Amino acid sequence: MAYVAIADRDAQEYDHHEPDTFITKYVWSQDHKVIAIQYGMTAIFVGVIALMLSVMMRLQLGFPDSFSFITPESYYQFVTMHGMIMVIYLLTALFLGGFGNYLIPLMCGSRDMVFPYLNMLSFWVYLLSVIILLISFFVPGGATGAGWTLYPPQAIAQGTPGVDWGILLMLLSLAVFIVAFTMGGLNYVTTVLQARCRGMTLMRMPLSVWGIFVATILGLLAFPALLVSAIMMLLDKTIQTSFFMPAMLSAGEQLSHTGGSPVLFQHLFWFFGHPEVYIVALPAFGIVSDVLATHARKNIFGYRMMVWAILAIGGLSFVVWAHHMYVSGMNPYFGFFFATTTLIIAVPTALKVYNWVLTLWQGNIHLRVPMLFAIGFIFTFIHGGLTGLFLGNVTIDLPLSDTYFVVAHFHMVMGVSPVLVVFAAIYHWFPKITGKMYNESLGRWHFWLTFFGTYAIYLPMHYLGFLGVPRRYFAMGSTDFMPQSAHDLNTAITISAIIVALTQILFFVNMIMSLRSGKKSDPNPWGATTLEWQTPDNPPKHGNWGHDLPECHRWAYDYSVPGYKDDFIPQNVPASGDAPVGRDHGVHH
Amino acid sequence: MSEAVVTGTGGVLPGGMKGVVSDFSSDKQSFHTPWGKAMMWIFLLSDTFIFSCFLISYMTVRMSAADPWPIPSEVFALSFGGDPIPLILIAIMTFILITSSGTMALAVNMGYRKDRKKTFWLMFATAILGASFVGMQAFEWTKLIVDEGVRPWGNPMGAAQFGASFFMITGFHGLHVSAGVIYLLVVAFRVKNGFYEERGSNYEIVEIAGLYWHFVDLVWVFIFAFFYLW
Repeated sequence: MAYVAIADRDAQEYDHHEPDTFITKYVWSQDHKVIAIQYGMTAIFVGVIALMLSVMMRLQLGFPDSFSFITPESYYQFVTMHGMIMVIYLLTALFLGGFGNYLIPLMCGSRDMVFPYLNMLSFWVYLLSVIILLISFFVPGGATGAGWTLYPPQAIAQGTPGVDWGILLMLLSLAVFIVAFTMGGLNYVTTVLQARCRGMTLMRMPLSVWGIFVATILGLLAFPALLVSAIMMLLDKTIQTSFFMPAMLSAGEQLSHTGGSPVLFQHLFWFFGHPEVYIVALPAFGIVSDVLATHARKNIFGYRMMVWAILAIGGLSFVVWAHHMYVSGMNPYFGFFFATTTLIIAVPTALKVYNWVLTLWQGNIHLRVPMLFAIGFIFTFIHGGLTGLFLGNVTIDLPLSDTYFVVAHFHMVMGVSPVLVVFAAIYHWFPKITGKMYNESLGRWHFWLTFFGTYAIYLPMHYLGFLGVPRRYFAMGSTDFMPQSAHDLNTAITISAIIVALTQILFFVNMIMSLRSGKKSDPNPWGATTLEWQTPDNPPKHGNWGHDLPECHRWAYDYSVPGYKDDFIPQNVPASGDAPVGRDHGVHH
Repeated sequence: MSEAVVTGTGGVLPGGMKGVVSDFSSDKQSFHTPWGKAMMWIFLLSDTFIFSCFLISYMTVRMSAADPWPIPSEVFALSFGGDPIPLILIAIMTFILITSSGTMALAVNMGYRKDRKKTFWLMFATAILGASFVGMQAFEWTKLIVDEGVRPWGNPMGAAQFGASFFMITGFHGLHVSAGVIYLLVVAFRVKNGFYEERGSNYEIVEIAGLYWHFVDLVWVFIFAFFYLW
């Protein structure tokens, strides 16, 4: 009953309240699609800044002492800002604020998020957090150089770059970001739970929505720990409380702090930080599942298992955090516990990888650009995941901790892998978002250069890590344990990194050119089943569905159903003799 | 788990774990509540994690503090002419806040009965009780700062983390109460002015505001137990 009332009300609003001025349509927009694009553009903008910062770091590492504008202080500022921007302001914002906003209402068959005004506010507060973050580059002392983990006491002790203003703005920006995320996240979760179209059961939702949904729940439960630690560190910094600060000497002087616990910060930070890995990974898992199934013209293998694996990974991600702290000093039994949970989380993760590969097995694979990126993701994710098994074990982690092995591991698993999915998703949905088709061969160049380029960067880093090359060092100097070949390798990595960074120009050129003069796209160029490809307009207009909401009659993966005229049956096609339901799951409807 | 359990009229609903799954995953909506109420519940879950982090952090710093922890029943004692009575102010504050939960619950009831006048007055009373709680908190802070010399960075009685945790946690909770008072007043006056009559005479917002208010009260119970009684 409630559903009918909502549909009627929305149909009337749809007829009467479409925004007509430029400002209401594109700036102060409450349309989830416009907000998604605003989120996406802002995230990619700061992401490009973070990419340039990483090139600066690589310049110093590959050609030490050749660039006068890279000082030890600025190097640490680049490290810190690169990490923080990439993890939070790019990936979290892009997957949840960008793709979450765009895909959830369209894939669930809704007109918009449940509270569009709050959704709009979420973007503007996010933009504010980005502005605060960027201002920190220009304050006296510059941005903070504490490392993206912001560990106290050094994050707020004299001698760390940006200790006067940079760290304050960083903590403030994080707190503002969390407010923005909460406003958006509440919307995403409530929309998925409460505002799906008729027939769209949870077990018929595309895996993209599942991944974004569970990741958002993780965010709502994990970001509080970061907020609390940011508040406590702000108090330690500004009014000399001693939550995280022990009694210590700094520059020969006794500080006024006494009795605080730096390890408490690490616990709070990683209670946020580890779920954060899955906040980035789960949407990627979901999106890649849909891209693989669509371009392999085959149903995703083990849909039900995939959903439960997402939920299991989400739950387990809250009980593994201290594997980031093996070298911080820990009761051996705790180390044992966290090593065990860490290895257990590999089970549902491996299950997903098997299911992706089995989805490709005997599929009718179309190697279009999104598919290339999706398959590339499987490679990089397996590599990053396997090294995670090394680092999850206490005894193996101890010698490898704080070496380039760790850098290689987390860049493979949560840097390169999610970014490949971001590209897969952008190429996959570009025709829907813009109504235009992109240049296929530019896209292929973009993929192959990026894919091989990232391997050229990160594969050698594993070797550097085994040699014991420490991470976060401004310069290695000449040491006995680093042979000349390792220094040469560092130079080669830098050259690869520059090539990969320049390759991204291809992507932007492709996007801008296609937006201006790309040829018009079909409403459903890939022959996909999910609802966003079935909208009456392409790109979808305000309200998404015209006058009538869609009805969902089948799961999202009816590809190549025997006996049907096409090799896909959209979710809104009723089940009949001509269009049998390929496979559906045991839920009453 | 994979066999289909399709039910139309007269079909058999699945039981046990399978039933739970099929209930949650039924189409359109998973909970038979308005959107706003579902969203408030989810927000409160997130907020629970914020307060849990605060309280667990407080317990950690208390256990690892280098100096002795001041004795709460002595610090938070108040004298009315005679001997100091331990925790008397906190007891009154707690009583007031719990009472305000009672008036809030009555307001929700009256809201669903569409008795606008009683709803308004009950919500107004709740807000007044909440405001008086904040007022007494201000009094308590003043006494600690001015008379006892407690500061966030130190105090004469012992561990510096005592003042830091106290001001941070009660301050964060006090902000929640203050926000709640404003929220309640806005809704109360909208009820009074007939704002919701134009919107289908729907008073679920009273319950949604009430959820928030009860949550803030519940958090106080935990702060009371862990900070004052420990």
